[in-house]
Amino acid sequence: MLSTRDLVLCALFAALLAGLGMAPPIPLGFLPVPVTAQSLGVMLAGALLGARRGGLAVLLFVLLVAAGLPLLAGGRGGIGVLMGPTGGFILGWVAGAFVTGLLAERFATGVNPVRLFAVCAAGGIAVVYAGGIPWLSLVAGMPLEKAAFGSMAFLPGDLIKAGVAAFAAAAVRRAGVLPAHA
Amino acid sequence: MLGLYLHRESPVHRWPAGVKLGGLLAVTAVVLALPGVWGALAAGALGLGLLPAARLPVATVLRHLRAPVAMLALLFGVQALLAGTGWEAALVAVLRFAALILLATLVTLTTRVTDMVELFERVFGLLRPVGVNPAKLALMLALTIRFIPLLAEQVREVRMAQQARGVERSIAALFVPLLVKIFTMADDLAAALEARGYDPADRGP
Repeated sequence: MLSTRDLVLCALFAALLAGLGMAPPIPLGFLPVPVTAQSLGVMLAGALLGARRGGLAVLLFVLLVAAGLPLLAGGRGGIGVLMGPTGGFILGWVAGAFVTGLLAERFATGVNPVRLFAVCAAGGIAVVYAGGIPWLSLVAGMPLEKAAFGSMAFLPGDLIKAGVAAFAAAAVRRAGVLPAHA
Repeated sequence: MLGLYLHRESPVHRWPAGVKLGGLLAVTAVVLALPGVWGALAAGALGLGLLPAARLPVATVLRHLRAPVAMLALLFGVQALLAGTGWEAALVAVLRFAALILLATLVTLTTRVTDMVELFERVFGLLRPVGVNPAKLALMLALTIRFIPLLAEQVREVRMAQQARGVERSIAALFVPLLVKIFTMADDLAAALEARGYDPADRGP
């Protein structure tokens, strides 16, 4: 059963994803495109809250986007965005946070950044792409391998995000603010 | 709550959220099941017919459609140029989704966020037998909406503090203080909820 603190944590993380979408994108010195931090928030929700609460936090966020709140980066929202070319990636965030959490509970319970990076990449990239690429292929009528090839353009940025998520998750765990069962 | 909803006095606005969302899902299934371009044309005609019925300003609807349609056109253009053959299938797919995105945008623009959220809560209520508590989901959705301005402000504050220290390019310097703050805030907020009589073991009405 979810405790009161769990409910509050899920709502706070969902609101964090929204808050990150409202902030102007963060410029990175060595990348031409600014980084939107929302997909990083998805990885952190899984890594720090675990499978159930992390997946639930991202589900709350996606439900509010579907309900018509303009919470995605750039002020986008509504069912139209979820049905659009990138909709599969956004729905994939829910499963991505869940799997990140599941793997983190098994393999990355400590502060080892390499292990945390691996679980963030597996959940936050592999699972998210597994949702996004088939949907993109369907929406654009393009063969699966071409949709996959095109999506590789986002891979370097996402790998950097997984790295940042790993270091941030390790730092937060070291700070000792997490409850014992998380 | 500031949403994408645009208020007008129209019959489309008065339709229940469940009818609109259910209709959208049904039309999507039919369009994707029908071979060829006819489903897309029918859905597009339906969307264009509903547009005046919903009394929505065309310019606003077009602004919502611009980004996804531009991206669909770009994806189609790249395929038509590079692949040469097989562009007919891509055209059908792109037309289908352009029409479906128009219909989805109409649903979002004519349905209040509160009505959509209520609908989601009812749908999740169907999962009560497998242990889902719709009352908790409703509380979490309401809390999230309440927390959004709070967290947007926290993100802004932390970024300003970083700029003052010259570390605005470090994402880790944004996330670590934000997350630590969230975990400490959660304790206070949970205590505040329980102090007001919230019982997490209550199964809800």
